[in-house]
Amino acid sequence: MRITINGEVEEFGEQGLTVLRLLQVKKVESPEMVAVQLNGVFLDREGFAATVLTAGDEVDFLYFMGGGGR
Amino acid sequence: MTDFSEEQLHRYSRHILLEDVGVEGQARLLAGKVLIIGAGGLGAPVALYLAAAGVGTIGIVDNDHVEISNLQRQITHFTEDIGAAKVESAAAKMRAVNPDVTVNTYRQYVSAANIRELIRGYDFVVDGVDNFPTKFLINDACVMESIPFSHGGILRFDGQTMSVVPGKSACYRCSFRKPPPPDAVPTCSQAGVLGAIAGMLGTIQAAEALKYLTGTGRLLTDALLSFDAKTMDFRKIRLRRQENCPLCGSSPSITELSDMEQAVCGLKRRA
Repeated sequence: MRITINGEVEEFGEQGLTVLRLLQVKKVESPEMVAVQLNGVFLDREGFAATVLTAGDEVDFLYFMGGGGR
Repeated sequence: MTDFSEEQLHRYSRHILLEDVGVEGQARLLAGKVLIIGAGGLGAPVALYLAAAGVGTIGIVDNDHVEISNLQRQITHFTEDIGAAKVESAAAKMRAVNPDVTVNTYRQYVSAANIRELIRGYDFVVDGVDNFPTKFLINDACVMESIPFSHGGILRFDGQTMSVVPGKSACYRCSFRKPPPPDAVPTCSQAGVLGAIAGMLGTIQAAEALKYLTGTGRLLTDALLSFDAKTMDFRKIRLRRQENCPLCGSSPSITELSDMEQAVCGLKRRA
């Protein structure tokens, strides 16, 4: 199935791919520093493990970026 | 309408030449009031460009003093300023660039207790702070006071920014909800930042402030612009207001400001 991640279409064979698993597959180093948007809607962190992706889904990883001052 | 002096017509001629700015837009800039929170990596380029542009009143808030490790990117501060208050160091350069500008300095940290008072009366706010609790505090206070602002963050070779028009576009909490756990946040000394990244991101924030004041173009609202300077890939992620946002959603749970503690750059400090 095809899923769009951060604007790029990618092919996944895995059935029952969850958002949590996707974060692992995409080697996101610190998942605590990422907010996830699924089809334009904010996804609660508690929902990562239970949310199964389906073909055509659009997932955005929004990285927390805190620097700037000191 | 402001009557421009001969000198002002020359000083601002490149703005006045722009069809979208012109004399009227320049007059709006001279009447405009922008508050910059943080006189560091992001605040420095914002301060210089807004002063040069003739934004009439610019406030700058910071409680730090200049250290030698700041000079690699915080371009308002010079070697001779080491030890000086950052707000005073920045204000001196802003006044030197453009004596037309009134600079208000606030040598303090923003907190839940003082932020609403600080931002009130300003047309636009720029977030140039270094920590998440304060970024959320700025978002919350600006939404509560209905003051548009620009969020910005930098780390290593990356930058991100979004503009928020309260009540109209997605706020920072719509997409990020709450600060990440303090132990997950890389410290500045561990992570580092390429100096010029501060300029890249800060000048985008300055341009947003100028666009807002002059009413030019379309603000970077309902979108998060992020870039990776290693590859120079820029990406705009569409955002939208979230119905269940705890701050600007239909039944908000956040109705007053509060301070959060967090380790910043390896130091425990109040937001």
